[in-house]
Amino acid sequence: MSEHGLPADVSRRQMLVRSAAIAAMVGPGSALAAGCAAGSGSSKSNTNNSGSTAANASDPKNPFGVKASNPLDVYVFKGGYGDNYAKAFEAMYTKDFPGASVSHHSGQNLTGDLQPRFNAGTPPDVIDDSGAQQLKLDVLHGSGQLTNLDQLLNAPSIDDPSKKVRDTLLAGTIEQGQLGANMFSLNYVFTVFGLWYSASTFKKNNWQVPTTWDDFMTLCATIKATGMAPFAHQGKYPYYMLVPLMDMVAKNGGPDVQTAIDNLEPNAWKADAVVNSVNAIYELVDKGYMLPGTEGLTHIQSQTLWNQGKAAVIPCGSWLENEQLTATPPGFDMAVFAMPSLAGDKMPQTAVRAEAGEPFIVPSKAKNQAGGLEFLRIMCSKAGGASFAQNANSLSVVKDAITPEISAKLLPGTKSSNDLYQAANGQYIAWYYLNWYSQFEKDLEDAMSQLMANKIKPADFINRAQSAADKCAADSSVQKFKRPTSTS
Amino acid sequence: MRLRKKTRERLFIASFLAGPLLVYLVFVIWPYIETFGYSLTEWSGVAPPTKVVGLKNYVDLFHDSIFLKALTHNMIILIVFPTVTIALAMFFAFMLNVGGRRGGLGGVKGIPGSAFFRIVFFFPQVLSVAIIVILFQSAYESNSVGLFNAIVIKLGLTDANHPWEFLNSPTFVLWCIMFILVWQWVGFYLVLFSAAMQQIPRDYYEAALLDGAGRTQTYFKVTMPLLWDSVQTAWVYLAVAAMDAFALVATLTPGSSFGGGPDEHGEVLSTYLMRNFQVLGKAGYACAMGVVIFFITLILSLVVLRATRRERLEY
Repeated sequence: MSEHGLPADVSRRQMLVRSAAIAAMVGPGSALAAGCAAGSGSSKSNTNNSGSTAANASDPKNPFGVKASNPLDVYVFKGGYGDNYAKAFEAMYTKDFPGASVSHHSGQNLTGDLQPRFNAGTPPDVIDDSGAQQLKLDVLHGSGQLTNLDQLLNAPSIDDPSKKVRDTLLAGTIEQGQLGANMFSLNYVFTVFGLWYSASTFKKNNWQVPTTWDDFMTLCATIKATGMAPFAHQGKYPYYMLVPLMDMVAKNGGPDVQTAIDNLEPNAWKADAVVNSVNAIYELVDKGYMLPGTEGLTHIQSQTLWNQGKAAVIPCGSWLENEQLTATPPGFDMAVFAMPSLAGDKMPQTAVRAEAGEPFIVPSKAKNQAGGLEFLRIMCSKAGGASFAQNANSLSVVKDAITPEISAKLLPGTKSSNDLYQAANGQYIAWYYLNWYSQFEKDLEDAMSQLMANKIKPADFINRAQSAADKCAADSSVQKFKRPTSTS
Repeated sequence: MRLRKKTRERLFIASFLAGPLLVYLVFVIWPYIETFGYSLTEWSGVAPPTKVVGLKNYVDLFHDSIFLKALTHNMIILIVFPTVTIALAMFFAFMLNVGGRRGGLGGVKGIPGSAFFRIVFFFPQVLSVAIIVILFQSAYESNSVGLFNAIVIKLGLTDANHPWEFLNSPTFVLWCIMFILVWQWVGFYLVLFSAAMQQIPRDYYEAALLDGAGRTQTYFKVTMPLLWDSVQTAWVYLAVAAMDAFALVATLTPGSSFGGGPDEHGEVLSTYLMRNFQVLGKAGYACAMGVVIFFITLILSLVVLRATRRERLEY
């Protein structure tokens, strides 16, 4: 994805991130909280399944009853991870089912390529539904186009038939693929978010990675004194800057504030946690710690300037390293830290936003649904996860797929994001509103761009956010969801 | 049975037109009709429409503040962009063809180096939009490295710590986009007007010269009136382009999913349509928008053609 700066490019990533968490939507009437413990349920609530591929655990080698004579039609989004990894999966598939013909398609224009096929009832058998042109999962689901993947979760794992696939995935993966009580997308790529820096630059200047916001402000002053800008962000796409802001809100406010915001409650944005966080972020603008002009830069422009040492810190997800591969000077030693804490935080400083992204789906009207499910089962094997790490240079949601040999080959940033995930020790931040309410997220982004450009003040931002939430809550054409009360 | 000669002639002509007409019907007219049909429904865009809602989408449109804002922006572009483009193109074409000093063959020629300028002005036309976008993304870059910022900083209008925002400025974003549009299209209309000017008989100019007309008088009294047909064509095409402006706004202005920022100050109808169609799951609503744009464009073209109708001079 080196199409410099075209928004399709960034939105892809953004979608990767967002679609990641098309998350645990528990409808108001549903009794099932979307906990990962929900073990049963595939047979009863399986409304979108055509029924031809009921899981048959009696044959762990072929639980979905794949027939090698049925061709498999694969479509993958060709973005930052390329499509070689998918070809590797396809090779694994044909090895298991000799003689099966697999047709491989990849592209970036998913809506253009696939919308007509869905409308005509002839979709591919498995799709990596990502990118700027992604077909929205809630929209697909609402139209009954998705196969319930709980049958995949309940199928035996390839590596150990005594285990179910659901037990071989990283925590949070299942919830992030759920719509209601069932999983409809396998979000395969693992992403963590934080503030990125050059470890070698920090070391050279004897700068300490800050853990509190006050420390961070002190550090910013020190950095600015050297002539370097302390902070850069991808201003053209305000989504990026909303991530650190909302992570601070989550840490400072805890589950109550998160629930209020996700559920569009009145005055949710007037909470102290929001005020504290918005004020803190605005301090960066107010004190002149931002890279001049960064509010108008694309992700590529700002990240490249950061790589060149014009700015010390930039917020991003862990795709950053792969994206900046050619722009990163040798010895840069990319690393990431979690959002510094504010006084009175309700979550530990080590808590991070960690998401499973890149949703893979099996259409309910797929000709070879069994093949599509088996393809996903192969992806969930250790060999699949290892193959992905090598072909796409990124981590997958498959547990223990990274052997020490593969780990040794990881780039510093990937290693650092892995450390960040481990340090969080189960304390992960998740927001749901941004996938549930696209218009609300868009309104927030507009307000954020103005705050970062110093055109409005924190109080104005909060007012705009609240009125956007109220507008969304009052819009009867928008389907409403409730934040799950207990997530991992 | 023998057909009358006239009938046979018509059939003969029709046989040639049938192919293109069919293509036109299938790929242009039919989608329009379908769009109109979909605009009356509630449609997510990924499965057949769920229900017919009549004109609700249209009613909603005119209560939608973003839609109205986008419409206003399109109207501003519609007034400024064709006017400036045509005026500049006419001026340049005149200078390149007849604006030279007196003397030379027949006393009428372009300014020195006109062949060179013609190529230079036409250059933006041969660049693809993608290249133009990348070019202007760097030119308008909102920090001190951007081309325009480097210039204004050199001129002392601002300093490196306070670069101008250009595309990220609520006040200037639309003007930045219009600047690119004009830059992109002036060359094309320059060539169009040049071609038209070259068809104007040289004697007219000679006569004007002999009568003692200066450059300005020649321009307004001879050139302009005789170019009217081309100007009319230019108005229609530029009006259509002004109603579109999709590629530049979607790629250059800030904001996810088809730009339109900052804070909707760069929004145009086409980008708002696409966001509704692809991102917000409101494809039916987006179709209604498409129909409205279609009618606005149609009406504009008719108005322009009517309003500018003049007597034609044969030469």
